[in-house]
Amino acid sequence: MTAVIATGGGRPATAAPRRLRGWRLPSLASVGLLPFTLFYAVFFLLPTGAMLWLAFRSPEVAGRPAVPGQPGGLLGQAPTPAQPVVPAQHASFTWKYLNNAVHGIFFDGLKSSIEISIFTAVAAAICGTVLAWAIVSSGGGAARGGSSIFKQLVMSSSAVLANFGGLPLAFLFVCTLGTAGTLTKLSKHVGFNLADHFNLYSVHGVELVYLYFMVPLMVLVIAPALEGLRPQWQEAASNLGANRWHYWRHVAGPVLMPNVIGSIALLFCSSFSAYATAYALTNGTLPITPLQINQQLNGNVLSGPDTKHIAAALATMMIVIVIPLTLIYQLMERRTARWLSH
Amino acid sequence: MAEPLNDMSVAVLTPEGPPEVFDRSPRLRIPRRIGVFRPVVLFIAALYFFVPLGGALWFALYNKAQGVRLHAFTAMFSQPGFDEAFLLSLRISVLTVVFTLVLMVPTSLLIHLKLRGARRIVEIACLLPLVVPPVVLVVGVMTVLSWGPNQLEGTWPQSLINWLQNSSFPGLGTTPMILPLLYVVLALPFTYRALDAGLRTSSIGTLVEAARGLGSSWVKVIFFVALPSLRTSVLNSAFLAFAMAFGEFTVASIMQFRPFTVWIFQFNNDDGQLAVGVSILSLAITWGFLLIITAFGRTRSAKGTS
Repeated sequence: MTAVIATGGGRPATAAPRRLRGWRLPSLASVGLLPFTLFYAVFFLLPTGAMLWLAFRSPEVAGRPAVPGQPGGLLGQAPTPAQPVVPAQHASFTWKYLNNAVHGIFFDGLKSSIEISIFTAVAAAICGTVLAWAIVSSGGGAARGGSSIFKQLVMSSSAVLANFGGLPLAFLFVCTLGTAGTLTKLSKHVGFNLADHFNLYSVHGVELVYLYFMVPLMVLVIAPALEGLRPQWQEAASNLGANRWHYWRHVAGPVLMPNVIGSIALLFCSSFSAYATAYALTNGTLPITPLQINQQLNGNVLSGPDTKHIAAALATMMIVIVIPLTLIYQLMERRTARWLSH
Repeated sequence: MAEPLNDMSVAVLTPEGPPEVFDRSPRLRIPRRIGVFRPVVLFIAALYFFVPLGGALWFALYNKAQGVRLHAFTAMFSQPGFDEAFLLSLRISVLTVVFTLVLMVPTSLLIHLKLRGARRIVEIACLLPLVVPPVVLVVGVMTVLSWGPNQLEGTWPQSLINWLQNSSFPGLGTTPMILPLLYVVLALPFTYRALDAGLRTSSIGTLVEAARGLGSSWVKVIFFVALPSLRTSVLNSAFLAFAMAFGEFTVASIMQFRPFTVWIFQFNNDDGQLAVGVSILSLAITWGFLLIITAFGRTRSAKGTS
């Protein structure tokens, strides 16, 4: 289709009037791109650049000599603590914030962020593929119309659930599996106290909740690929004496593999950058990187003037992790197109 | 195609269509085990997806003191601060849609019809926000905004920065313009894809050439040729932008604005039942919207093929 349009532009019939109008048309056309360029530069490139700048640039500090502490007592004066020297410092480029971001509590945050993302991405990929396969293969021959409605219903539900992150999702789980949740209360009546075995507000709880939108996401991404597996391939394999395992191992598996790998990368990114769900579940206290960024930006006054820089360094770390995965996703998507497009 | 598109997201079918595949399956040595396996998988999935919904519904409806009542679904509208937050969210979402369409429809038309060389660059530019999660972008935005009262004190960019955070329009009330503008960026990967998919599959090039050949102006081409023939994909990207803007929480809460989502979160502490009712309502509304859009796309594609 695109090829048709492309050759359409080159036809002599259209080329002639363009030449008549001379130089004005191409320049007008590129001026048309100006609003987009300007908007993109101001609202995306500038903030991103500022964030990177902040992550690597330490500010100028005026410096201050040591202040000796004053003992209190007389006339009800409160004692003032001694304050150490604050060395003067020129603005300079530094690795210290980034170094900070990969040590201590921030390292723990990054680690549990990555662990949650890996676990949920792989689990969602497996569950999503199995589920998508069950849905795709549910097209019973006789009930053709019925099966198509079922499939459409499931697919549109998946689309809704895949975008169903954030607060509503967290609330849904809190009032089902939370401390006062329906299922938790129900389990007490049965005599098996769920609250003893499962804590929704922990890392495992967050993982369970994330899967609620990630499995549908995987179904959406992988279903077209599963439907693209041609029945002829299986017939051919079967005619050549392959059993089901051979077919999956040597035909369907390799064809689907790029798609599955790409999807895992996508799922990882979506889990890694999720914020609202974990925030709502744990009131912003779970030590994972996105929530730590918020704490640095809006949180305690104690931590001093470096907080913004540390937030920027944490944000930079997130980008560093997400970029290669996005590249993998794009690359795999392109490879998939070879076999599974029609 | 054996049948019209099943769904907007699942456009890839084998030429034979799925039913034929499974008409043959019994002969294909597909073990009988699958007959049990598939229902089990579907059952477990249904359990996982419906139990929290059911639990939440029960939670919203039932209360030990008052028994079963619909309070959670009806009382929301009369809560203090509700209309303010809801209208703010509505304004932000509508502005996001308007900005997205005004910016992206002409731009994507331009790169498809005139500046094919720039197409690859714009495409990459539109996908880049995927690499920058909202929580990361907001760090940069807050940095730039903080230059206002510091480095840029007393200059025109400072007034611009102030206006972005506290803009007011006659008859509309105050709306922090920075939010819809950022949401346009965050929604770009999705809105651009929706528009691009529409442009790729339509014969817009021929149509525009015909219209231009018959002497219509570019403005007329956009409003009477391009927009009608791209109706579905424009609608799709508008829906994506709206849904994204209405449900956004991260940026708004970190920047300490108070649209609907942030209001619900703060409100949750007072009346949990109500917050859950709102959550279920929002899920139902999104689902209804999506079904409408899917149905719309279906009739459209059916018309296109006939």
